[in-house]
Order: sequence, then C-alpha cells, then structure tokens
Amino acid sequence: MSNPTTPDPGPVPAADAATDAQGMTVVARTQAQMVRRRFFRHRAAMGGLIALVLIVLLAFSSIGFASVPGWWDKDYFSIATVENGGRPTLSVVPTWLGGSGMHLGEHPFGQDNVGKDYFALTMRGVQQSLTIAFIVGLVGTVIGTLIGATAGYFRGRIEAVLMRFTDVMITIPLLVVAAVLGRRYGDSGIVVLGLVIGLVTWTGLARLVRGEFLSLREKEFVEAARAAGTSARRIIVKHMLPNIVGVIIVAATLAIAAAILLEAALSFLGFGVQDPDTSLGKLISTYQTAFSTRPWLFWFPGVFIIAIALSVNFIGDGLRDAFDPRQNRVRD
Amino acid sequence: MLVFIVRRVIISFFILLAATFVMYLLTANSGNPLGDLQESRAPNREALIEARIRLLNLDTPAPLRYFIWLKGAAGCLVPFALECDLGQSIQGQDVSALLGVAFTQTLQLVVAATVLAMILGITVGIVTALRQYSGLDYTVTFSAFLFFSLPIFWVAVLLKEYGAIRFNDWLADPTVPITVAVVLGAISALFWMIVIAGDRNRRITTFVAAFVASAGALWLLSETQWFADPGLGVVVIAVTAVGLAFLTTAVVAGFTYRNVLYSALASAAVGIVCHFALGPVLDDPSSLTILLLALVTVGVGVGIGYALGGLQRRQAIQAAVFTGLGTGALLFLDRLLGAWDSYSDRVNGRVIATIGARTPNFEGTFWEEGLDRATHLVLPTIAIVLISFATYTRYTRSSMLEVLNQDYVRTARSKGLAERGVIVKHAFRNAMIPITTLMAFDFAGVLSGAVITENVFGWTGLGRLFTDSLRAVDPNPVMGFFLIAGTAAVVFNMLADIAYAFLDPRIRLS
Repeated sequence: MSNPTTPDPGPVPAADAATDAQGMTVVARTQAQMVRRRFFRHRAAMGGLIALVLIVLLAFSSIGFASVPGWWDKDYFSIATVENGGRPTLSVVPTWLGGSGMHLGEHPFGQDNVGKDYFALTMRGVQQSLTIAFIVGLVGTVIGTLIGATAGYFRGRIEAVLMRFTDVMITIPLLVVAAVLGRRYGDSGIVVLGLVIGLVTWTGLARLVRGEFLSLREKEFVEAARAAGTSARRIIVKHMLPNIVGVIIVAATLAIAAAILLEAALSFLGFGVQDPDTSLGKLISTYQTAFSTRPWLFWFPGVFIIAIALSVNFIGDGLRDAFDPRQNRVRD
Repeated sequence: MLVFIVRRVIISFFILLAATFVMYLLTANSGNPLGDLQESRAPNREALIEARIRLLNLDTPAPLRYFIWLKGAAGCLVPFALECDLGQSIQGQDVSALLGVAFTQTLQLVVAATVLAMILGITVGIVTALRQYSGLDYTVTFSAFLFFSLPIFWVAVLLKEYGAIRFNDWLADPTVPITVAVVLGAISALFWMIVIAGDRNRRITTFVAAFVASAGALWLLSETQWFADPGLGVVVIAVTAVGLAFLTTAVVAGFTYRNVLYSALASAAVGIVCHFALGPVLDDPSSLTILLLALVTVGVGVGIGYALGGLQRRQAIQAAVFTGLGTGALLFLDRLLGAWDSYSDRVNGRVIATIGARTPNFEGTFWEEGLDRATHLVLPTIAIVLISFATYTRYTRSSMLEVLNQDYVRTARSKGLAERGVIVKHAFRNAMIPITTLMAFDFAGVLSGAVITENVFGWTGLGRLFTDSLRAVDPNPVMGFFLIAGTAAVVFNMLADIAYAFLDPRIRLS
C-alpha cells in the first residue's frame, strides 16, 4: 500500500521535484477519499454496482412506478391473447451468426398462461423485491444500530435487558419468524411486509455494533467528550458512530442481499407477497411446474434474483475491503 | 467453568421460555384458524367450527392459551414422570407423534448433507488459502459468491429437471456422444489445470493428461454400457484404496517415516481381501452387520497400526483406521451400485427420484432399499451442500489466511519444519477454532429442518410440518417445531461458547 502515513501539508513544493519524478509524491487524502478510492478500484464491486444500477434503471423506467408511466407499452396485469405459445420474442444472436437478429419483439420475455406480458411482470417483480429488500435492510440496520449502540454505550441494566431481548429474538430462526409475520402481513402491501420483516432482522448487527461500542467507549476521545460535558446522545451520534460507519454500511449491504433471498423464499413458500401483486420469488413459485413446457417463465425471474443478489454481495465485499484495509485484496 | 455452564443453562432456559411466548403470540395472530371452515359449505358448518374452537381452546385469549400449552409442554422436561403433551393439531393429531415422524425424516435429510458440506467446504477453503490469488482461488471465490446468491428453491427446480427427469430419460439409452465426451473432457482438463497450477509446461501437461483421461474414460464407460449397470469392480477399488492409503499418510504423517505408509497400505490390502472374503455375508446384510463390520474395521486398523507403527504408532493407527474405513466405504458403494440394475427395473428406469424420502411400498434386499434411499437423497443433498458449502469455504479461507500470517507459523517454518507439519499441526488446528462456532450454528439450523428444501422435494420433515401448520394457522405443531428449533439453537450456541473456550485457552469464561 502506498497510503500516506504522514499527510502532506499542502501543494508539493518544487524541491520535491526529484521524488515527484520517481512517482513517489505523497498526496494527502481523507479517510473518505481513501475508502472511495479503494472501492472504485475493486473490480468485482464496481461490476456489481454497474449491474445493480442497470437493473434498477431497467425495472423502474420500463413499466414506470406509482403513477409515472414507463417506456414499455405493456403492463403487468392486462390479459391478452397468447401468441406463439407465449414464447419469448427476445433475440440476442445477430443474423450474421445464424440467429434471427437482435430485437426485442412484441413480448421479449414471452407471455404467461393468460397472456400477460412476462417482461412487464418480471420488471414488476424486480421492483417489488428490490423495494422490500431495501426497506428490510434499512429498518434492520437502523434498529440494530440503535439497540447495539445503546447497549454498548450505557452498559449496566440497559445492556442486560437489550441483549437478553436480542438473545430471545436470535433464538427464533429468521426464516421461521419471517414466515409467521409474512403469513399475517403478506396481504397488507409490500411496504408493511418490508417493515415487519425488518423488525426481526436486526439481531446480528445489534451484537456487532455493541461489540464495537464496548471497545470504543473506553477510548480517550470518548472520555474527553464525556469530561467536556457532552450529552450521551451527541457522543454516540457524533463521536462514536462515525468510527464504525464502515461496519454498519457493510452489514447493511449484506443485509439487503440476504433480504432479497429471504423475500424470494417467503414468496416461494406463499408467506410473502400476495395476489394480485407479484415478486420474483412468487413468479418462480407460480411457474415452477411449468418448467418443462415453458421454461422461460422460470428462467427470467430466477436470473434476475441471482443477478441482484450477486451484485449486492459483490458491492458488500468491495465495501468491506474498502473500509478494512487490513483485509485488502486490491492494491492502491 | 462449571459455574459458567450452569449459569448459561439457566439463562438459556429463560430465553427459550420468552422466545416460545413471542412465537406463540405471533403464530396465534398470524391468521384466522377458522378461515377454511367459515368459507366451507358443509351442512354441519356450525358444529365443525364449534368443535375446532373447543379443540384448540380458541375461546381463550392467545396469551392465556399459551399457558395452557406451556402446562402441557412442561411435562416434556421431566421424561417418564409427567406426560409430555404438546397439544393437538388442527386435525386432532397428537403433536408429539407428528414431531417424532417429521424429526426422523429431517435427520435423514440434513445430517449427511451438512457433514458433506462441512468437509468439502473446509477442504476447499484451506486449499484456496494456500493458493491465495491463484486462478483456483478466484474461481472458487466467484463460485462461492454465486452459490451464496442462489435461491435454493430455484436450484432445486433445476436439479429436478436436469438431475432427475432428463437424467432418467438419458439412462434409458446411456451413451455419451463423442462430442459431449470431448467437451466434458475439456471442462475436466481445465478444472485440473486450475487446481494443479504450476508453470506453463506443467499446466499444458496437466491439461492434456486430464483431457485424455477424462474423455477416454467417458468414451470407454459409454462403449461398455457402464451407465446401464454401474459398479466399481475390483481393479478400481484396489487402485482407489491404495491412493487413499497414500493420501491419508500424506495428511497424517508425511512420507519421512515408512511405517505409517506400510500400515495404511496393509489396511487397504486387508480391505481388498475382504472384497472377496466377505461375499456371502454381504449378499443381504442387516444394518447391524454393516455397523459391526465398521467396528471390526476400526479394530483391525488399530491392530495393524499398533503392529507396524513402530515409533510412529499413533499416526500409523490413524492412517490405518482412516484407510480401512475409506476402503470399507468403497466396498459399500460397490455393493450399492451392484443393486442398480435390479433397482432400475423395479422403478421402471426412473432411478433418480424427485419427490419424497422413499418409493412408496418398496421392499427389497438391503442394497436395493439402500439404493432407494440414496437416490431419493441425492438431489436435496446437492441443493443443501451447494448453499452451505459457500459459507464454509469463505470462512475457512479467511480464517486460514489470518492464521498463516501469524508469527508462530513463521517460527514453525523458520525452524525448518516440513510444510505439511506447519499446515496440519500449526495452522489448520488454529484456523478451525472460529469455524467451530459456524459449525454449531449450522447444526442448530439444520435440526430445525431445511424448510425450503423439504417443501420443494416433498419431504415430510420438520420444515414441511412448519409451513403446512402455519398455512392452516395451527399453533400447536408450529410450537412443537419451534421447541426443537429453539432448543437446538440455544444448546448449540452454548456448546459453541464452551468449545471455543476449550479450544482457545486465551478465552476465559466468566
């Protein structure tokens, strides 16, 4: 690593031209700049980020969301006549390779058994799955951080109560409690579903944050802040949290990746998103028996789940490397 | 230590108690338990509703109903003295009985898969750590990420289609076209080239050798109709057993001292002799016979190691026992495959099953029944292994890398210790410490059933019991399921803590 150990105070003086010529100039970078730099140099993470952005853009621009219309002329609920057995019209093999040329066609991902446009359905599924995963990740991270920080900072009875509560929640397998909650709130819309699932996915992060806080609170700068009469809230938010923001961001990213798969699993079991709405897991669940006759109904949502989960996991991995230079895999 | 354990047990008990309360309320409020009856058009609808209300005490509020359940469940804490009453399901079946059946199914499904995933994952993790930044490392890392991102139900559906339906179709006329043999040979050659690595010449040699071997083997197997009636045959068994002897010796002791190798080879030889000697015993044995044979194998292994070991007696015994058990497993596999032909006829050629734990009403010899179970297990096992394999590889790799950078590893190397000793004795043992926690968690999760896998593959295990009961808003079976899952989680959590303190003396329990 060629990170500056002693930050350079200002512009490079002319006397350093010799070292400059050797390419040894030391440039001062802030912590955030270094993290950003390491992240942008992590090839897998950048690939994941680009893929994820593309998927999000595709999903939200094609069929539109809320009342904003998209560029795709079909929607995910209109029933139409099934053309050509509902086969996908998407073609990516150019004519000069013996294919039928590159075109989208009328129904690029085909049609389901009542003639709904499967591209629009899949895009709707991507939207729903992403929304749920994002809400779950956000809610879980906020609650986990709050509980972990409070327990770790105040210690004593508050810690005992909070951590025992965490232990109780951790005892219940995540899929189990999520299924029970999904059974109850599945038909209340995806926002509610995301919120209630987020309410039970914070346990791991709470333990992690508490552990970090236990060691941080013994540091001198916290002692100094306390001696200066800073309020507990301010110490936690301004002095301690910024020190573990890396841990939290990484955990949040990985939580989102896990939430994508969790939502898919729940919807697959029938405890997630309910009719008339759809999600990627629900699409697979509905059409798994059609695999031998109309495999595209099964492939497209599956490929999107994997693509999303894989890119988010790669982003998380890149963030971990960026925030934790000890486990560095990219040289900078 | 004892104080710690007792305290942990008491705390864990109360945590479990609180968790059951939370779980009961959540389940009881998860839907309308009378939903199906209220929508039914049965003439005696009112009476049915009344009966169900009485059966499940639905006129009592849920928090109070919990205590009724708890009173019955408390009996399970004192076996024999009190009656263990976990209530009844919505159909009036006894939950304890339901749980018993489901639990055996789950155990059959997940234990082998989890152990396999652990062994594979840890081995691959160590190899990738030793070959950091190599082509193998990148390939495995990428695959681990991919497996990690796979929805298990999606994999399961693919496995059913390609692993079972299409594979069985292919078995009707099991020939490998020459192009397929070439492509598969090339893939295998690439694989071996990445694994063995080395300089350019060595890579090319590996590639060519592996290509010729794999493509040739496939072609030969196809030509001799091996896939129609597979088996190992004595030559393959002998070669594999000798290879196994060398492998165990390499891991356990290295080749500096010959005694260990001789014991392992002797053990393999005895195994091969048994292939002929045990013929009549193994025609239709009972499970007990197999178990006895395994014990005898261990005994013989210890004997050989003791007799031939010399100064390396301990390592010699280990090598002989492992080689003996491995050779025994080969013989077992050979016999199992021997039943392939007759089994295939009896199930009309649909050898690999997609649904359930067994062919209904199937009865045959020990080997046929064994093969029946194995063919039902193979797909769900692959699905489970794929997913947990990724976690183990990642954890083992990072743990091993961390240990390999420690000063004591450098010391071990600098004092001239052979690389095998450094890896096996100094690095591996310490790298395994954090993995024990992961294993404990995994086993706890496993006991609560593979919810999704069981649903896709139609196993009526604990996970299936859970989803079916939850769909019917039937709290008693759900609670019975949770009692097992929660207890497993709490107990294994505790075991992990204790094991951690035991393995790493720096950690003090307080």
